[in-house]
Amino acid sequence: MSTRVPVTATINNEDVTFLCEPRQSLLEVLREELGLTGAKEGCNNGNCGACAVIMNGALVNSCLVLGVEAHGATITTIEGIAPREGLHPLQQKFIEHAALQCGVCTPGFIVAARALLDKNPNPTEHEVRFWLAGNLCRCTGYDKIVRAVLDAAATLRAQAASAAGDEVQ
Amino acid sequence: MQAFEYVAPRSLDEATHVLAHVGAEARCLGGGTDLIAQMREGRRSARVVVDIKRIPELDALKFDPIHGLTLGAAVPCSRIHSHGAVAAAFPGLIDAVSLIGGIAIQNRASLGGNICTASPAGDSLPALLVHNAHVLLASAQGTRRLPLSAFFVGPGKTVLRPDELVVQIELPAPPAGFGAAYLRFTPRNEMDIAVVGVGAAVVLENGLITQARVALGAVAPTPILVPEAAEALVGKAPSPEVFADAAAAAQRAAQPITDMRGTAEQRRHLVGVLTWRALQRAVERARVSQLPQPTAQ
Ligand SMILES: Cc1cc2nc3c(=O)[nH]c(=O)nc-3n(C[C@H](O)[C@H](O)[C@H](O)COP(=O)(O)OP(=O)(O)OC[C@H]3O[C@@H](n4cnc5c(N)ncnc54)[C@H](O)[C@@H]3O)c2cc1C
Ligand code: FES
Ligand code: FES
Repeated sequence: MSTRVPVTATINNEDVTFLCEPRQSLLEVLREELGLTGAKEGCNNGNCGACAVIMNGALVNSCLVLGVEAHGATITTIEGIAPREGLHPLQQKFIEHAALQCGVCTPGFIVAARALLDKNPNPTEHEVRFWLAGNLCRCTGYDKIVRAVLDAAATLRAQAASAAGDEVQ
Repeated sequence: MQAFEYVAPRSLDEATHVLAHVGAEARCLGGGTDLIAQMREGRRSARVVVDIKRIPELDALKFDPIHGLTLGAAVPCSRIHSHGAVAAAFPGLIDAVSLIGGIAIQNRASLGGNICTASPAGDSLPALLVHNAHVLLASAQGTRRLPLSAFFVGPGKTVLRPDELVVQIELPAPPAGFGAAYLRFTPRNEMDIAVVGVGAAVVLENGLITQARVALGAVAPTPILVPEAAEALVGKAPSPEVFADAAAAAQRAAQPITDMRGTAEQRRHLVGVLTWRALQRAVERARVSQLPQPTAQ
């Protein structure tokens, strides 16, 4: 076994320090060292998106990032998406639209969709489909996922508009 | 995955010294979208992995309309296609970087990695060739600069020595009347590997093509430039007949093989179709670039 090196990162708004071997992927570190098992291992080669996390503002597949590369980074995983109370609109809409069956792909889709809506609060259906092309689902046929994301985007826009209205008053 | 040591040098000097010291057992890590999976599958091994993303030269993207584009070898695709001025000046490059993988891949994958992987199907390769790219290589002994067309040796093979790394890719500023495009054929729209890829670039002056470049991917052991296709275009006005001549020249230059992605016959057919379409798109873009532009800020 090779030497483990200390890595410090901000994960879901918490500063964490962990030890990891350079050969461990960020996905392995999240799941096996930090107990964050939301990100899933589907393909382990960048094709399925089940392991998606947001690293320094960018959507990445954590199976293709080394744990040691996370040093100094800010990371959001699926565990960091929901507010303290209740669910994020994306999570709520996935339930309402039945946008999951087995659920293995769901954390990846929600993290990817969150990265999209952070960048583009009002995506077209085409933009949603294009953005989510790196996430695979073997169960739903995708259509319900796309509807859920579009509906969540509408909810988030409405929330933002009413918050802005409150500020004006 | 086999164990290795990880270093993240902060300067080019530091990086080239590690490479000089460790030699063939060192591997550069850009976005890791090829390397990490390859090491996991045991197709590549390394005693030392050198993360090159923290080296300032490799992380820089510099553009000005006179000198052109200097693209740090580790800059991810998404930073290239989200740069408005670069997107306007290098449309063929932008076609290619927008096609590589999906969003999560584009946020990591670099062009240094794409050219060093040297897959004959690598999408940026034909696009960079028609943009007349050069590469700057560095080792502890110094630097060398070569045209990208002299970089590739065979599938997965380049002229890069084990003690060298790619610092940057340089694209000259396009002249007035320039247009370029890259197109590929894949069974699936996104997240697939090119069966054939074609890059085309033209310069239009007074309605005539005065310069042209055509490059093909996935139909030879390396991406190839087709000077015969350029010859069929230069001095002529764009027309279906001229595009057909260039497409036929590209088909003659292609040496496709049959594999799981397609037959040699299908590939040769696709070279013709895609060369035609890429030229058409390049010419359209060249015409648009000649229209009066809104004053730049
Ligand atoms: C799901 C998926 C989809 C993909 N889709 C496409 C696609 O559509 N089109 C396509 O062309 N490719 C595709 N790829 C392949 C890959 O993403 C690209 O080749 C990418 O450009 C590699 O860049 P990287 O920065 O990730 O390279 P890395 O994996 O970091 O490195 C690749 C190789 O180059 C070497 N290297 C990297 N940078 C340097 C340097 N500066 N100097 C010396 N050596 C260096 C590394 O040591 C390694 O051997 C895909 C990959 C995945 C996983
Ligand atoms: S597990 Fe990372 S992309 Fe599939
Ligand atoms: S719900 Fe089963 S893979 Fe998507």
